[in-house]
Parts: sequence; C-alpha cells; structure tokens
Amino acid sequence: MSATKPVNQRAWWFVLPVLVSVAFSALVPLMTIVNYSVQDILGPDQAVFVGMEWYKEILRDPDLHGALYRQLIFTAAVLAIEIPLGITLALAIPERGWRASLTLVLLAMPLLIPWNVVGTIWQIFARGDIGLLGYVLTQLGVDYNYSQHPTDAWVTVLVMDVWHWTPLVALLSYAALRAIPEPFYQAARIDGASRWAVFRYIELPKMRGVLTIALLLRLMDSFMIYTEPFVLTGGGPGTATTFLSQYLTQKAVGQFDLGPAAAFSLVYFLIILLLCFVLYNFMKDPQ
Amino acid sequence: MRLSGISYRAGSELWLRDIDLVLAEGGINVLLGATLAGKTTLLRIMAGLDRPTTGRMIVGDRDLTGIPVRERNVAMVYQQFINYPSLTVYENIASPLRVARKSEAEIKTRVTQLAQTLRLNQFLSRYPAELSGGQQQRTALARALAKDAQLLLLDEPLINLDYKLREELRAELTQLFAGGRTTVVYATTEPLEALQLGGHTTLLAEGRVLQSGPTLEVFRRPATLEAARAFSDPPLNVIPATVADGIRLPIASPMASEVLLGIRAHEFSLTGSAGQIALRGRVELAEISGSETFIHLARDDVRLVAQVPGVHDLPLNEPCTLYVRPEALYGFDASGQLLFAPET
Amino acid sequence: MARIDLQDLGHRYPGGGDSWALRPMTMTWNDGGAYALLGPSGCGKTTLLNIISGLIAPTRGKVSFDGRDVTALPPEARNIAQVFQFPVVYDTMTVFDNLAFPLRNRGWDQARLRQRVEEVAEILELQADLGRRARSLSADQKQKISLGRGLVRPDVAAVLFDEPLTVIDPHLKWLLRRKLKQIHQQLKLSLLYVTHDQTEALTFADHVVVMSQGEIVQIGTPEQLFETPAHRFVGHFIGSPGMNFLACEWSAGAATIAGVRVETSSSQSPPAGAALSIGVRPEYLELASTAGPNTIPARIAAVRDQGIQKMVQLEVGSTLAWAKLRNATAALPSDTTFARLPPARCALYADERRVP
Repeated sequence: MSATKPVNQRAWWFVLPVLVSVAFSALVPLMTIVNYSVQDILGPDQAVFVGMEWYKEILRDPDLHGALYRQLIFTAAVLAIEIPLGITLALAIPERGWRASLTLVLLAMPLLIPWNVVGTIWQIFARGDIGLLGYVLTQLGVDYNYSQHPTDAWVTVLVMDVWHWTPLVALLSYAALRAIPEPFYQAARIDGASRWAVFRYIELPKMRGVLTIALLLRLMDSFMIYTEPFVLTGGGPGTATTFLSQYLTQKAVGQFDLGPAAAFSLVYFLIILLLCFVLYNFMKDPQ
Repeated sequence: MRLSGISYRAGSELWLRDIDLVLAEGGINVLLGATLAGKTTLLRIMAGLDRPTTGRMIVGDRDLTGIPVRERNVAMVYQQFINYPSLTVYENIASPLRVARKSEAEIKTRVTQLAQTLRLNQFLSRYPAELSGGQQQRTALARALAKDAQLLLLDEPLINLDYKLREELRAELTQLFAGGRTTVVYATTEPLEALQLGGHTTLLAEGRVLQSGPTLEVFRRPATLEAARAFSDPPLNVIPATVADGIRLPIASPMASEVLLGIRAHEFSLTGSAGQIALRGRVELAEISGSETFIHLARDDVRLVAQVPGVHDLPLNEPCTLYVRPEALYGFDASGQLLFAPET
Repeated sequence: MARIDLQDLGHRYPGGGDSWALRPMTMTWNDGGAYALLGPSGCGKTTLLNIISGLIAPTRGKVSFDGRDVTALPPEARNIAQVFQFPVVYDTMTVFDNLAFPLRNRGWDQARLRQRVEEVAEILELQADLGRRARSLSADQKQKISLGRGLVRPDVAAVLFDEPLTVIDPHLKWLLRRKLKQIHQQLKLSLLYVTHDQTEALTFADHVVVMSQGEIVQIGTPEQLFETPAHRFVGHFIGSPGMNFLACEWSAGAATIAGVRVETSSSQSPPAGAALSIGVRPEYLELASTAGPNTIPARIAAVRDQGIQKMVQLEVGSTLAWAKLRNATAALPSDTTFARLPPARCALYADERRVP
C-alpha cells in the first residue's frame, strides 16, 4: 500500500497564493506586452492599433534571423557539451569521505559567482595582453583574440557557459546516482555487465527524471543568455555574440521600438515554450 | 465510530467503493487485505488526511467527514519507523504532550510510564538513529500512545521488523490495547496476524468490504468463498464436488447439487478413520517446518495444501491420501455464497 | 553446480574495531543442497552471503568452489546468481532482454540465447510476459525475473537469496516458495537462502544454519532444530512461540521442578554450578488435572483462541510458559492444575547449552 499516492483536491488552495502572485507578476506585464505588440505608441496618450503589423516586421528582420540562428547553435552546443560532461563529472566524483565533500565544494564554486562577474573574469582571463589564457594561447602561436575574431568570441562565450553551468548538471546527476540502491550494482556485477552496460541500463534510466530537469533548466537559461556576451564584447565583434535577448534589448532599449520589441518578446516566449514542450515530451517516461 | 457509504476516487480509479463499517470502541479492529486492497486509503480517510469522494464518517453523533486531521483526536503509526531524527527518544515520546502544553512534571510521568510499558527506559537519552528497528518502532508507538488519542491507526506497523521481534511486539500490543479506551485500527496483509490480534476483523478486497465482525466469527463463518480465501493462510483448498461424488456432506440435503468445498489446510491429517473423507493425489512437494509438514498435493487439476503435525518425509510424485473430517468442511454454492460451515 | 568450502573464514568491517561481523568459521555446503542462513538482523548472515558471492572480500580465510580457491575472484567470475530483498530488474528492458542480459554479456549467439531464455521462462512460467516491459510487472514476477537472470546461465554454481520474499504478499509467498522448491528439485542447484523468517528457512532448506552475533549456533535439519535445539537461542528463535525454559534444580541425579522429579531426554549430568533449566516446546507441553510422573503444578493464566490453534498461558512457579493446542475449539479441562512434560520431548539445558 506504500505505493498509494495521496490525491487531494484541497491542495489547489495551497497553490492559490502562487497563482495570484504569478498573475500580478507575470500575467499583468504579459498582457501589457500583448497590448504593446498590436499598437503603435506615438505618445503618452496616443496609440494606434496596427494588428499583426509588428509581428510581420519582426519576423522579416534579417537581424533576428541571424540572432536566432546563432542562438540555436549556441544552445545546441551548450546542451551537447554540458549534459554529457556533467554526467561524466558526476560519475567521477568519489562516493563518500572527505574527497567527495571537497570535490563537491570545488565543483559548486562557479555556481556561486554572479553572471556579470563571470563575464568580467573571462573578459580579463582571455585577454591577449594581461589574461592568463589569452597570453598563453598567443605565446603558443594561436591567433586568438575575442575582440577581433567572431569565432573566438563565440567560442569564449560557450566555454564560459560550460565553465559556469556544467557543475549544476554534475551536482544534479550526482544526487541521482547516489539514490540508486546498491543491489542494482551488485546484480549487474553478478550478471557480468560491462561498465558501459551498467551506465546504459541502470544509471542512465535511473537518472532520467533528473536529467530532464537539467536539460530544461539549461535549455531555458542558455536561451536567455545575456550578461556574459554583453560584458565580454557587448555582443560583438560585429554581431558574433548577439543572441536573442541582446537583440531584444537593442530593439526595446536601444532603438526604443516598443511595438516590435513587444511582438518579438512574445515570439521569443513561444519559442522557448515550444522547445521545452518538445524536449519534455521527448524525455518523458514512455509509460 | 461509523463509516457509511465511503467511496474514494483518485483520477479514474476507484480505490474504495461504498464502505460501511462500524468500529468496535476501545478495542482492536483489524483491516485484513492484500496489497492494494485499500487498507491505507481507508486509514487515511479515518485519520482525516484524505476526504472521501462520497460517504460520511460519524463518531458518536458528530459528523467528522470534513474535519481536517489537526482538529481530530487521532494518532498514526506507519510501516516505516518514523521519528524525529534530531530529538532523543524521551523528546520524541514527549512531543505530542508538548504540543498539548502539558506541565513538565506531567510529561515526565507520562513518558516514563510509556517507556516502561514499551521497554524503552534504557534508551530515553538516545537518538532514533542509534536504535535497532524494533526499538525505533517502539518509540513511534510510544509517541502515538502518548497522544492518548481516541483513535489510533496502525498501518502494517510490524512488517519491516524481524519475524521474532514481530512476534514479541505483537503479543505486547495485543495486551496493551486490550481493555483500553483507545479505538485501534490495525491494517495487515497477514491472516495469522489478525488471528493473533483477535478483536474485530474487516476483510477488504479491491476496495470493498467482504465481511466484518468479531475476528473468530469472521474466520469460522466466512460469508462467501472470497472472504474464506482472504482469511486463510496457507491458502484455502477449494474442491468442486457434486453431491453424487459420494462425499458425505455435513448437511443432509444441500440446496445446490454442485458444491464448492472449502477446506482449511490445518484440518487435514495423514491418518483417517471411518467416516472421514479421503482425498487421493500425487505429492508435488513436502515442506517441513520443524513441527509440521506442508504437503502440496496435486489432485486432478486441483492443487491442495495441507498443514499436518509432525515431520513426514513423503516421496515426491508418489500417491498420498489426505483425510478430513466432514464436520470441518465449508460449502459454497456456485456464486460463492456460504452454504454450510463447521459447527463451533 | 558446486560444493562450497569455507575455511577459517572471518570478517571485520573497517571501523568496526576488534569485533567480528563474522567470527572465523569452517564449514562445507554440499553440491545440490538447499541451505538456509537464519538469524536476527545484524547476526552476520548477509555478510556471509556477500562473501560467498564475492561482493565482500573477507578479512581472513578462504572460500572455494569445488576445491578451487575463489577468494580473490570478483562476483562475475564466480558463476553465482543472487536474488535480493527488493526486486532488481532492468527497467528499460523487456522481460526477455532482462533474462538474456547475462548471456549477452557473455557473448552468446542469438539462436542459442533465444532457446535458453525460452527454456528458463517456461520453468518460471513467464512465457506470456516475455515481450512486456519489466518495470510494469508485480513484485513477485520481478523476483522471478531476478531469479531467471541467474538460472539462464547453465554454468551457475549456486543461487543465493537475500530475503527474497520480504515484499511479497502472503498468498503469493506460497506460490513463489513452491516454485523455488520445484526448481531446486528439477535443476538440482545449490541454493543458499538468507532470512530472519523461520517459516521460510525451515520450509525451504534441507539444512538450516542458525546464526547469532556473527557466530554459527547450530546447523541441522528443520526437524533437528525444532526437536533438539543445541542452544537456548535456537530453542527461542525457532518455533512460534519459542521453546519454554523452566528453571530447575539438580538433586540426587535428576532434575526437579518444585520438588517434582522430571525425566528428560538428556542422559548426561550437567556441569556443576551451571544455571539449569528444562526446555519444552509449547506444542508438547500438556495440561493435566492430576499429579503424576513428570507432572508439575501449574495454573492457567490466560487462554487465547487463535482460530487455527488455542494458546494457553501457564504459570509454573514464577515462570510463564505457553502450551499450544492444535484443536482450537476443544474445551480445556476446567480443573487444570498441573502441566506434564513428556520425557522424550524435553531436555536439560545448562547455562545456554543443551545437555546431551
């Protein structure tokens, strides 16, 4: 009977405060944005209804296409690197004892650093003249300069994100691994399973739930990346590290095109929602 | 305390259907049923943790149906040993008394007395993690008892303990609850545990009440074949028979021409006398449990289990005859209703 | 199949100080035997099992299978199978793939593998479920799969069970236990079964090893353990309720209780100065209304009708003893003032040990 999950309709009342606060914090601004996205704001009290005009404009904007393309590649790269790397790290963490504690503390360090500081650290670290990384690379004869070469800037942002967020994936995976009962490993040893088979048939299935969370978190987060490229090169050189959120900021704050910016933020929101939905359904238990 | 017409639906699944039940006040009420029969769900409803989809729960003349658990006078003990890990055994037992704002002197007297009853006096200053499983569950029981609740709910409390510990603690509990003023509801999957606890038993299967009444009465006069099966361990032996088979039935003219005979395993013996029913079959397995032998017999397409005293090393696949007194037979009609049962 | 020898085998856990989790022991498990290791939690039975399967390396001593020293070998090289307390199945695989897993790991070709898996599925009555996802099955079926993963390997030396019926409902326990016995008879496997449940141990095994505090207290057939427990612990641990022990005196070459001479099955004299008691099983203690040989004064303290039996609690001197009557509905002699100890069914115990 221990499998019986309590189902209780009263629980909805507990959710009510959250719903109310979400309504005020998210829904009201969202409605404002919807409002902006279908109007042309001419002055404080002057607005003209323009229908889908801003949407059409924004979806035809080649700058957006470029930013979206960069964004998709970037997010795909982030997921493709951070998830396997995080799992690998988690598998390498000692099981218990002071070594385990030490590893966990060291691993968690990047997570404690604010975004803009991470940007600043790497901005200096990768500089060719005074940064350790940049200097060493230059001395080794690598033609590396993030403020000049688009690829270098792009790769630097990627490495920065991997450095900053892989530990999160590793910690989550580690927690999932520790929760697997010992007999599963013992049975696999007795069955003569290889290390790979243990990973494939025991560890990976048991990590599934946690990995889904990790994937979704990293997907959403990397899709909204803003601070790091902004601190590093301000989105440059050129538009090399201008991702969607920076594009949006330029529209809204830089050019003060409120209508197109509002239209785009809704599109942006829908893209993230869609990607999360697809990913979640892909990761969901087949049962 | 009375439950009437209790149903509980979770999503599309009906966990409990139309449960009517009267609990014997101040005694042990056993809920006996297999895993997923609805025991835990029913306990949760009694505790007020869940609200039934339909039906009422009435104590005395008060309707308690919608009253949340905090406002009820109820205590619960689970399969898992649940104690406050950061509190000593003393403080664990004292915790419900502190909630009730009892005086320090009163708390001390009550905790000491409970610790005495549950043989925890030497461990009062220890933490739960430093105790054995049996001691941890005793602590959980003491805490539940300290609350001095009107209703004490026990959800398979001994299932995670060693066999011997279970036996000891069960005997202690039976004594503790006998003649108390607390109404105890005890959920278990084991028929033998119900028999040892005594009191009243309610048989549950698939969310329904099969039968309810004083434990021995339910055991000796199951109303249906399903109830008899639910209250038999080893499993009930069921043999289809026609009156023409020549088996002398304990009643002269059964109402039906075809009868399902039910025989409890302990009623069989290996030696018979005149007038006893002889059942021949082939020995599939003989399990020896020290004082007794469990004989698994294949007879046509029916498999029988007999529990006979003594050690019998029966050769496998050889024929063997089991005997049973006609007076020990149960009879059920084709729809499973009881036709006759042994006299007591 | 193999004979298993333990030679001076002992184990201490790191951090456990000088105390032995398993005191050094030497013993042999015969090929094709069904053995049970029975004892309370923490008696060392699981440690012993894990040493035999190779999951734990012993602190000292040697384990050999058919004379071959396997102490240093890892579990996968030992040809043993193990079934755990909680069912271990590979969630993402079908039942077929679960059963095939050990064979695939050993590089079997597809045709042979399929044939073997089907054979084992038939023995376990799992044929109908081969295509199903393993995780969707009930606990008892999952335990069958765990067992099946051991049985598919034709070279398996022994199957070890670590309390495999803990999470199974009573009525299914009967079926699963019967299945185990049948497989034992059919395949003549060496089986080793760890449990705290006396019914499981006694019904399953030909030989039961009773353990307490890291030590083997007695090895015997279920009948021996029940009839002639060598140690008070065995008397108490086996049987439900356990054996009654009544304090007695030794005078003029015989045991006496309350001045009544009590003959027992012990033929030797107990060592001087030992604390003496007479052990008698509740099944054999008889109620009597008149004095006679081996009959001591007693008073009925409580009677419990348990449906399949009647338990009578007797006060003998200051000790409480149980008598178990098989016929629950029979009336008790109303004037019970004595209890009789059948001489052949009781024995003398000096301190903890049975006097031969």
